[in-house]
Amino acid sequence: MSSRRSRITGKEINELASKLRSLLPESRRRNMSRVSASKLLKETCSYIKSLHREVDDLSSRLSDLMSTMETDSPQAEIIRSILGS
Amino acid sequence: MKSSTRNPNPNPDTPRFGPSKLMVAFRFLRALTLVHRTAPNSSNAARSRRIQRAAFASMAYSAGPRRAWSRALLWRLHFHRARRLCAGRSRAAGVPRRPSTTRSPADELRRLVPGGTGMDYCSLLEETADYIRCLSEQVKLMQSVVDSGGPRGR
Repeated sequence: MSSRRSRITGKEINELASKLRSLLPESRRRNMSRVSASKLLKETCSYIKSLHREVDDLSSRLSDLMSTMETDSPQAEIIRSILGS
Repeated sequence: MKSSTRNPNPNPDTPRFGPSKLMVAFRFLRALTLVHRTAPNSSNAARSRRIQRAAFASMAYSAGPRRAWSRALLWRLHFHRARRLCAGRSRAAGVPRRPSTTRSPADELRRLVPGGTGMDYCSLLEETADYIRCLSEQVKLMQSVVDSGGPRGR
């Protein structure tokens, strides 16, 4: 399957741009109404990277939480009963 | 491929097609319990990596094979798991590596979205939209688990 990247029409580029813009959250959409598709792509990439970083950060916070959690705590008991384990 | 639309909780926030939030939460909590139970004495860094893997795993399992990104993640997770069992350590599966500064933005996006390489533009955008949606839901889920965990040391 050959790449069609170099033969996208202007109309398709506009559709692309509006679709990309709709993927961004409100906070990032502010300055994006008249930028190029390339800029939108960059912003999308930056957004995904920030989401990955958040997962990373929340993972280590959960890990910290876990180290302070006792296995017999009421919360653990509740979770266990929900999961049926 | 039949999408799962049956949901025990008629939650208005649940997308019509795609994983229910409840299912993702259930999977993730179960994975967390497993991590806690099986590695209580491991280092925070190691446990953090396991939790991160669990996050991507529960995302991907819940989305199932209907999406290219979830298929790619599932493949990566299984592949890395096999390598881990056979050999020594390997970096957290499911997480894109090698942030690139020399690629075009489109190529960068292909690398960030699992399964994105070799995909046509239209499909790439479809996958990106779904991936971003599931990823931000996962972040919200993890944030709410952290919030309900209470202050440290209680």
